[in-house]
Amino acid sequence: MGHAVLAEGLRKSFAKKPALDGIDLAVPAGTVCGLLGPNGAGKTTAVRILSTLLKLDGGRAEVAGFDVVRDAVQVRHRVGLNGQQSTVDDVLTGRENLVMWGRLYHLSRKVAEQRADELLAQFGLTDAADKRAKAYSGGMRRRLDLASSFIMAPQVMFLDEPTTGLDPRNRGEVWREVKRLVAAGTTVLLTTQYLDEADQLADQIVVLDTGKVVADGPPDQLKSKLGGDRIEVVVRDADDLPTTARLLGPAAEVDPDNYRVSVAVDDRVAALTRVTRALADAGVEAEDIALRRPTLDEVFLALTGHRAA
Amino acid sequence: MTTYTFVDTYVVAKRDLIHWVRQPVRVLSGLLYPIVSVLIFAFVFGSAMSVYGGGDYREFLLPGMLGQAVAFGTAATLMVVSLDADRGVTDRFRASPMSQTGVVAGRSIADLVNSFIEIVVLVLCGLAIGWRWHTGVGGLLAAVGLLLWLRFALIWVGIYFGLALKPEAAQASWMLLFPLTMFANTFVSPELMPGWLRIVAEWNPLSSTVAACRELFGNPGVGGDSWAAQHALLLAVAWPLLLIAVFWPLSVRAYRDLSR
Repeated sequence: MGHAVLAEGLRKSFAKKPALDGIDLAVPAGTVCGLLGPNGAGKTTAVRILSTLLKLDGGRAEVAGFDVVRDAVQVRHRVGLNGQQSTVDDVLTGRENLVMWGRLYHLSRKVAEQRADELLAQFGLTDAADKRAKAYSGGMRRRLDLASSFIMAPQVMFLDEPTTGLDPRNRGEVWREVKRLVAAGTTVLLTTQYLDEADQLADQIVVLDTGKVVADGPPDQLKSKLGGDRIEVVVRDADDLPTTARLLGPAAEVDPDNYRVSVAVDDRVAALTRVTRALADAGVEAEDIALRRPTLDEVFLALTGHRAA
Repeated sequence: MTTYTFVDTYVVAKRDLIHWVRQPVRVLSGLLYPIVSVLIFAFVFGSAMSVYGGGDYREFLLPGMLGQAVAFGTAATLMVVSLDADRGVTDRFRASPMSQTGVVAGRSIADLVNSFIEIVVLVLCGLAIGWRWHTGVGGLLAAVGLLLWLRFALIWVGIYFGLALKPEAAQASWMLLFPLTMFANTFVSPELMPGWLRIVAEWNPLSSTVAACRELFGNPGVGGDSWAAQHALLLAVAWPLLLIAVFWPLSVRAYRDLSR
């Protein structure tokens, strides 16, 4: 299987400050790659270079088999882009927005109108189709904006923080749409600050920090890098936190705000039994006891030494 | 260039024109400003104004008003371009297969249509207050042609600065544009200005177009002591050409390298 996105040693500086400091990317066709990192990590810069919007200073990149510098026009015919800034035209209605983009993607008028209606239905905007976008709520605008990027099923789709500012239900809608796109054969490169989003959607997660790749692999592999599972105990009474911490051992971490104590374990169920019994013996009332794999937040902290912003 | 260039041009122009039609307040304020200024200059200041070399001030005034309206169009172009760039629209245009010629051509058509309507309204206003042209249909068309030629050149100026400036800064362009339309022969003959300002006014590209219009309309205030005033027709063609020669490549580069 070929690579839909291939980048080697990408470099880009703004006013001599490196935004991308030699990153490599290899995204197999038909998969989702999540570009994860805090603000300023270089995610958007990478997307802008790969979608031909920005010239690179060093390295090379191929998208859909074409060089992003030499064959920029070929690349543009094969990629879709949804940036962080809205492209919604307030004065036009929802339907007119979509038809306009359809026409600019060189669909015939009839096909553009059909596609607009399909997308309006998919994104739950049919009722508002003939209202001007000005009257749309924030979530509706975001959905309309995303819908306009889904007009064509491009070979490669770049989504720059697609769900920032959406409520959970609408996030789910976008996720479903991304999965549908991938099922139809599109390769997706999405940037996100939401670790659960990358976890949900991505086959491969690339973690960026200050312009460098600090990790690259499937979500599970990244998680196991942290060294296995954790037990989490949430106590009912804050006074029980010191006792619980003592019971869980010297490596226990206490999160007093959430009444939570957690510790890494490697014998899963045995540890769970042991902890449950110890808590009962000590008379500590637990609100919740859970065994879980580390979150990507923790992966990020472990990889970069600081929290995701 | 492909056959799609025409579709792209059409779609972009249509979008811009829909904006205009659906925002009646903008249309009204765009039209009201020139109408009100015609009234102010004709009836309030007009009685105190005299035309250098003699002639009716209202006949002198209208070509100046037309020139000012055309120059103010720069601000409209600048504003729209800046807003599109600030939102993601320009990025999407650039990352899409649409032709870049289409983006600009559509923009130009919409702006020229806007300016043409403004010119028609001003001409009607002028006729209502007693302005006349004395040279037949040919003179009228030639003058309107020169006005639109200047407008076309200013579209490139507007695109360049629209891409360079944030919308907040773009809004402030009025403060610069307003004096630039006054340090010219639009309302007062440069001959009546102090020395340094007179040179600025004489060589202002807007002055050349306005002077050429006066000549083509057969209105007073034509000619003057300066070379620029005596070759207004030539300069009314040459100045816009020079502006295009400078701002076309600048705009193309700014569009290609846009990164905000």
